[in-house]
Amino acid sequence: MLDERLDEVKGKLLKSASLVERMVEKSVRGLTRRDEGLLLEVIEQDEPGENELEVEIDEACIQLIARYQPQARDLRTIMMISRMNNDLERMGDEAVNISEGALFLIKRPEVKPLIDIPKMAKEARKMVRDSLKSFMEEDTQLAKGVCQRDDIVDGLRDQILRELITFMASDPTTIERSNHLIRISRSLERIADLSTNICEDVIYMVEGKTIRHGRFGE
Amino acid sequence: MEGTVLRTADLSAYFGDNRVVKDVTLSILEKMVTTIMGPSGCGKTTLIRCFNRMHELVPGARVEGEVFLREEDIYAINPMIVRRRIGMVFQRPNPFPTMTIYDNVIAGYKLNGVELSRAESDRIVEESLKKAALWDEVKDHLRRKGTFLSGGQQQRLCIARALAMNPDVLLLDEPTSALDPKATAHIEKLMTELKKTVTLILVTHNIGQAGRVSDFTAFLYLGELVEFGPTDQLHTAPRDKRTEEFLTGKFG
Repeated sequence: MLDERLDEVKGKLLKSASLVERMVEKSVRGLTRRDEGLLLEVIEQDEPGENELEVEIDEACIQLIARYQPQARDLRTIMMISRMNNDLERMGDEAVNISEGALFLIKRPEVKPLIDIPKMAKEARKMVRDSLKSFMEEDTQLAKGVCQRDDIVDGLRDQILRELITFMASDPTTIERSNHLIRISRSLERIADLSTNICEDVIYMVEGKTIRHGRFGE
Repeated sequence: MEGTVLRTADLSAYFGDNRVVKDVTLSILEKMVTTIMGPSGCGKTTLIRCFNRMHELVPGARVEGEVFLREEDIYAINPMIVRRRIGMVFQRPNPFPTMTIYDNVIAGYKLNGVELSRAESDRIVEESLKKAALWDEVKDHLRRKGTFLSGGQQQRLCIARALAMNPDVLLLDEPTSALDPKATAHIEKLMTELKKTVTLILVTHNIGQAGRVSDFTAFLYLGELVEFGPTDQLHTAPRDKRTEEFLTGKFG
């Protein structure tokens, strides 16, 4: 009945999260190793797969609400799955943005050695993984930890921006490439933000408390 | 059609001149729960009573069109045999009041004059009560009257009685309308178990129940089959405006 079908949807959400995490990993690996094949894989195969999963999960949530009229925690869970699904799809879109930028960059000389972007990607991927782990295990402590780690990613993004501004100011021929790198760091920062959204949803699902928009600890 | 256990073709049912079921054509898939849903008086019960030839028992009632059970025209088969192959459970639990729990389960055999050995009858009683999820509650009281049980247990006893005949199809006519929420939940859970072995056709005006238990849903309105399809689709995006209005409580 409802419990079994809810488990099925949770399974699909997990599949979607693991696909998105792979997309992020491949898009950054494609950039650092200058591997066009990996980048095209993200755009041409992974993204349509993720879109399909999003539609499936979305339809399943609507069906569960229509058929079982869930209440209380069941209702919160379904609503949160629906929001997480949307967040994961947007993360997938960001991975595509990274791949598109990377396709431009790998055909041109490096502005600088890539150090902080892989670091940011590693942190963002861990946040994606942990956000879903907190959902599956209903671990609100882990969820709160992920929300706090968002600052690390924000810090790395600011550092990349400062550094690239210096490069652009001293050598205007790097502007276009630097701009692509800034957009990639912005995409990674968005992925981390969307992971914190998922964690906020997990806290609401488990505890029934809203911590969005700075309502932490209220 | 592959997987179809029961199908109707242009089926109409009358009480005298009053046509209460109008040209219904539908196919019921094997080992699925199909719900027939609709407001009171729309012909749901009459429709399923045509499936096991009970409608014709009412004076002045008649049927037009065809009903096939595994592609056999049921109106060309002895009605007693049809009713053995298509069992029925009614709104109010109706165990035979003078019979024990044990005898209630095998009543179908007794009333049909079928002789069973003791071992065989013990086996049928145990299996049927287990399938109806009642065995554990009554195994030590099989010789007590069926009416000694609670309403929900009595309804499961009636389900066991119908299952004892090993039917192809089980018709459930609002089987939980006289039961409390707990007993209702028990029967709904039972339905999802039973469909592994028998095809279930459920009549209900309870939209929630139709959603919770059925794989396919038919919406009947004023005797007409308005819409029939997978429950997931019918409950989220019905094609007909009347189905939409019924589901959203605009009528019925």
